[in-house]
Formats: sequence, structure tokens, C-alpha cells
Amino acid sequence: MNGYSMLSIWGVIVAIAVATYLIRLSFIHLFGRVNQVPRRVKRFLKFVPAAVLAALVAPQLVTPSAAVTEMVLDERLLAGAVAAGVAWWRGDILLTIISGMVALWTFQFLLF
Amino acid sequence: MSGNETASAGQDEPADSDARTALEQNPQGQQLLSRLLHVDFRAGARDSIGILLGLIPFALVFGIAADGAGLSILQTVVMSAGIFAGTAQLVMVELVATNAGLAIIVLTGLVINLRMLMYSASIAPHFTEYGKRTRAYLAYFLTDHVYAVSIGEYANESRDRDKRLYYLGLGVSIWLVWVITTVIGYVLGAGIPASLNLQFAIPLVFLAILVPAIDAYPQLVAALTSALVAIAAALAVSQTGLPEGADLLIAAGVGIGAGVAAEEVMDR
Repeated sequence: MNGYSMLSIWGVIVAIAVATYLIRLSFIHLFGRVNQVPRRVKRFLKFVPAAVLAALVAPQLVTPSAAVTEMVLDERLLAGAVAAGVAWWRGDILLTIISGMVALWTFQFLLF
Repeated sequence: MSGNETASAGQDEPADSDARTALEQNPQGQQLLSRLLHVDFRAGARDSIGILLGLIPFALVFGIAADGAGLSILQTVVMSAGIFAGTAQLVMVELVATNAGLAIIVLTGLVINLRMLMYSASIAPHFTEYGKRTRAYLAYFLTDHVYAVSIGEYANESRDRDKRLYYLGLGVSIWLVWVITTVIGYVLGAGIPASLNLQFAIPLVFLAILVPAIDAYPQLVAALTSALVAIAAALAVSQTGLPEGADLLIAAGVGIGAGVAAEEVMDR
């Protein structure tokens, strides 16, 4: 048990679930109604995938540190570099994952 | 306005009377089965495998943490099935474990999930052809992973996928495995050895989609700017009171702005 009443936990779960759904629905609903997405908006949307994906990936690969060698010799950064190379070379998701994981395990074994 | 509504809804969702005759001639079960067996649904399900590799350890961790925070199994399952957003769920459980205020828990959950506004806007142009009800249930499955893999697939026009069925194949597979694995974590309390780092598969999937998405100089500017800001913002989250999830929102916002600016400069 935790320090909350059963009811308040349920309230929190339902509130977050409903709000999350409405966030997901927002533009899917809106742009469906106007039938065409304004061109000016499209200019911004074009950059969403690259910007979001880079923001999701970068903090997983780099740990900010005062010592540069420590930052560069991070097994996650090195494995990420290998995976990025494979992604650029073959463009295959599964192959990228396999090579990235194998590289991670290899660097972990070598560096520690 | 309402006329517009029915026009767009009529495309793939027959009016009630049509639906009734369709039901008599072609049982709904048969229709559902043919959709599940559709090549694009299966392609989506197959493309979820890489994501699942990284998501399974995450779901196990969440199930174990929920048990540890004193949540009931029903609450845990409803969270996974209803909220369906791993980071928000895990942070919420951490806050419950530390007895945080209810309003803080809800607000933190919202800030973390606000990034989905960007996914909704970005994927919306691909869904305008569908009716209102179809769009309503498609929105339910919009996670980081479903968004990223779908948008990567849609960018490849030569594949000519049924966008809805591909997205559903991906979304339903991830949803099912997420919910089931959460229960396994809760009940068995067992995880996969952390030293394997299977969670690393998720950034690898994103990387595999990101690299081919950078097909022009402005896209590179957007990605690099966003990456640098994200690293700085992640540091700010860990060292200051900046809520988790805000870092992604800020980084992507700055990155998108940089991309638009770079394109403007090049067009001049």
C-alpha cells in the first residue's frame, strides 16, 4: 500500500489517461476537419521527424562530462556511431539494431 | 461544417443503414479477420519487433516498480492499457512511491506527454483521408515508437502502404505486448539482466529512422541543433527542477526552428 486513498490513485490514472488521449487526438482531429493542412504549417511539420528523433537519440548516446575522452570513449556513443553507419549504408532497421547491440556489448567488454 | 463532417466521415465509414446491410452480407468477423491478415497490417506487426526488443525490459521494469509503489494489479494494467506511455507511467509510479502531491503527479504526466502534440500534428496529414471515428481510434496508439516507425515508412512512397493498416499492425502489437509484459513484471517481479542493456534497442530504432530522414541540408541543421539542445536540456533536467519531458519539447522546438531558418537562408 501507499499513502493515497484508492480513489485518488484512480483519479490520477484516469486524468492522465484522458489528457494523454486528447493530446494525441488534437491535431489528428483538427487537420481532419480542415481537410488540408495549411502550407505554412507544413513548412514546420517537415522538420518534426528529424528534430524529434535526434532529441530522443542524443541524450541516450552522450553523457555530458568535463573530461572529453570520457565523453568520446562512451560505449553507447561508439555503438551509436556504428549503428548510424550501418543505417546509412543499408537503411535496414533490424540490421541497425543488431549491429548496434553487438557493438555495444563488444565495447562494454573492451572498455571495462 | 456538419456537411463537411459527414462528407469526410462517409469515405470509409458507411452510414448506419449501409453498415447494417453490410453486416448481413459480410459478417463483421470476416471483415476483421481479412484486415488482420492484410499484408500491410502484418508488415506493421513485423516492424514492431525491433521496438519490442527494447520495450519488453522497460515494461518489466514498470510492472516491478508499480508493485513496489503499492499499486494494485488492476491499477497497473489500466495504466498500461489506458495511458500507454512508458516514461509518464514510470515517472508517475516514482512520484507515487515518494508520496508526491496528486496535482504534481498529474501535471508532470501532462508535461511528459505534451511532446505527443508534435507527433499528432506531424502524422495528421497522413490521416486526413479517414473518417472521424477512424481518426479517433488511430490517435489512441500514437506513442513515440508508433509515430517514429510509421512516419519513416510513410516517407518511403514507393512501398505504397495502406497507412491505417500498417499503423494499426504496429500499434496493436506494441500495445498488446506492453500490457502483457507489464503484468508479467508485476506478477513475477523478474527483469532481464540490466547488463544486457536491451533498452538500448530503442534509440537504435530511432537512429535507423533518423539517418535516412536526413536527406537535405536543412534537415541536417534541424537534427544537429536538436541533438545538441537535447543533451544540454537533459543535463538541466537531471540537475535542476526542469520536469522530465520538457527537455524533448524544448530541443525539438529549437531544432524545428533551426531547420526552417536554414531552409529560408538557402532559398534566398
